[in-house]
Amino acid sequence: MNDSIKVPTMADFMAQGKSPEVLFWVGCAGSFDDRAKKITKAFVKLLNQAEVEFAVLGTEESCTGDPAKRAGNEFLFQMQAMTNIEILNAYEIKSIVTACPHCFNTLKNEYPELGGNYEVVHHTQFLNQLIADGRLSVEGGHFKGKRITFHDPCYLGRANQVYEAPRDLIKKLDAELVEMKKCRQNGLCCGAGGSQMFKEAEEGDKEVNVERTEQALETKPEIIAAGCPFCNTMMTDGIKAKEKEQDIKVLDVAEMIAQAKDL
Amino acid sequence: MAYLPNFIFALILAYGIWFFARNIIRLKKIIAIGRDVDLSDNKGERWKNMAMIALGQSKMVARPLSGMLHIIVYIGFIIINIEVLEIIIDGIAGTHRIFSGIGPLYGVLIGVFEVFAILVFAAVIIFWTRRNISRIKRFWSPEMTKWPRNDANNILYFEMILMGLFLVMNATDTPFQEMNSGNWISQYIAPWFSSIDEGTLHYIERTAWWLHIIGILGFLNYLYYSKHLHILLAFPNTYYGSLQPKGQLDNLESVTNEVKLMMDPNADPFAAPADDQEAEPGKFGASDVQDLNWLQLMNAYTCTECGRCTSECPANQTGKKLSPRKIMMDTRDRLEEVGKAMLANNGEIVDDGKQLLDDHISREELWACTSCNACVEACPVSINPLSIIMDMRRYLVMEQSAAPSELNNMMTNIENNGAPWPYNQMDRLNWVKE
Repeated sequence: MNDSIKVPTMADFMAQGKSPEVLFWVGCAGSFDDRAKKITKAFVKLLNQAEVEFAVLGTEESCTGDPAKRAGNEFLFQMQAMTNIEILNAYEIKSIVTACPHCFNTLKNEYPELGGNYEVVHHTQFLNQLIADGRLSVEGGHFKGKRITFHDPCYLGRANQVYEAPRDLIKKLDAELVEMKKCRQNGLCCGAGGSQMFKEAEEGDKEVNVERTEQALETKPEIIAAGCPFCNTMMTDGIKAKEKEQDIKVLDVAEMIAQAKDL
Repeated sequence: MAYLPNFIFALILAYGIWFFARNIIRLKKIIAIGRDVDLSDNKGERWKNMAMIALGQSKMVARPLSGMLHIIVYIGFIIINIEVLEIIIDGIAGTHRIFSGIGPLYGVLIGVFEVFAILVFAAVIIFWTRRNISRIKRFWSPEMTKWPRNDANNILYFEMILMGLFLVMNATDTPFQEMNSGNWISQYIAPWFSSIDEGTLHYIERTAWWLHIIGILGFLNYLYYSKHLHILLAFPNTYYGSLQPKGQLDNLESVTNEVKLMMDPNADPFAAPADDQEAEPGKFGASDVQDLNWLQLMNAYTCTECGRCTSECPANQTGKKLSPRKIMMDTRDRLEEVGKAMLANNGEIVDDGKQLLDDHISREELWACTSCNACVEACPVSINPLSIIMDMRRYLVMEQSAAPSELNNMMTNIENNGAPWPYNQMDRLNWVKE
């Protein structure tokens, strides 16, 4: 295991008078959440291995405003958006990759009208492109033949019609991709969207993440694959609620690719 | 005297059409209560959506059984209208089966109508069974109180009766049966009446004919009072449906202007507003129907309460109060309330001390939404319950500061340190070293 990772910032690039080929938008979860930080690092290792000239904003990055907007606080959202756009435009950012579907959706769909026009891709799309360009290879490693089910993040799938990119990566691991009854455009939410991540759920007879976890368990998976740090948390909690954490792992697609390569 | 039936027919027809037209005008006025929104863009794509989703029923078949049954009823409804045209001409001109002059094709046409009539009849029986015997869950949700359930059944009874009358009319039409062309189904019904003398038979045929056309006019006029308006509004509703990715939520322009002003170091905070700006800034978000836009209001009238949205909703599936269908039904109920009072008051909206928020839709429902778009995806006619939920959240947060306290904490964190959790922005890159 090689734990040394190279993470240059935009300020570093600027100081050298260079510009990166892509900006990696880490996101709040990817920066601060202990589980999500592992996804961030796994993705960075892949970027390093593929020798991608990427940069992060580091301390200059700030919340995209998505949770505020979905909670109804348009003011706070637009304050965040315009502050971020000022920085992104000052650095003349053209393309962005992010491992968070919420950041992805907001940057891609809601920033343009406010003056932020970038080519935004999800990290699963970016990894596919690296593989297609011959810059990154994928081995099955210990994922070969494993039963893996993919949970569609709402903000990647239904919201932006990206269904195949994460699945293509899983297939490249020579794994057995098994679909839940509710998948792709019919996928059930993990329960975190629309700012639910930050509050207790309203009174009901079940938690949404438990319902979704049960749907995943029906496929008898060895691994539940996710493409969103929030879905990852919700599904991990669901697996714990079902006391299955010894048997079933919840992993981001990027983590699987990195682990298969022993990165 | 010979022209009396023609006269009575024309009178009934004119009244039926006039009453319908009057209600459609009312409907247009009520929908116009909504805020204006310009949807005159991308006409090509919009026509395509309408052709695919409404005309082509593309989203109905996401559920194959109900989808196929619906397509039968839908096609039956459309093609049997050709028969209605003949009835209208016959009624006014006093002719009998005026189109029969076109030759053998007439037999084929009527034969096809008869096949569809029997198929529609069967489909409607299955629909009725699904609602009342199998009691499929989405038809028995809490918002499906007595009237919505009766309304749905009324429509099914209407369709059964209309199809039945059409077949009886053909079966008892002696000249038509003797022609023996096009009586593909009714020839099997005709023997039921074989013991009846010709005079009575003719009387039954005339009665069925009259009841059929009166029934159709009645059905037409029932639409406005029922959930069944979708047979008309599905077309404009899918035309005007959103063309954006589902994840894209509109940016409030009024907020953009204020935020720009706040962030512009050269802005003069004491500057008088430009003349073209409204003296009073509009309300942020929506607490009542007039704060929603006209498309959201048309959505409410288009909803036929099928409940596919609610059955896909993660909050509803896990026992929360939120039901996207109820959001649409509440919006329509409140809109009718506001609309009726407005029309009775020379087009001026009357303040009745009530609103959509709290009096119809509770905060608990609004905060249970995960914004996952499952309801939007599920709707076969491009209704967007999520946009109403989001507009109402905006009102709660920006006009009333009434977010749940945990969300207020989250927003305070974003304001103070640029993340929904209380971490220092300066620590954002610490993960690299950990």
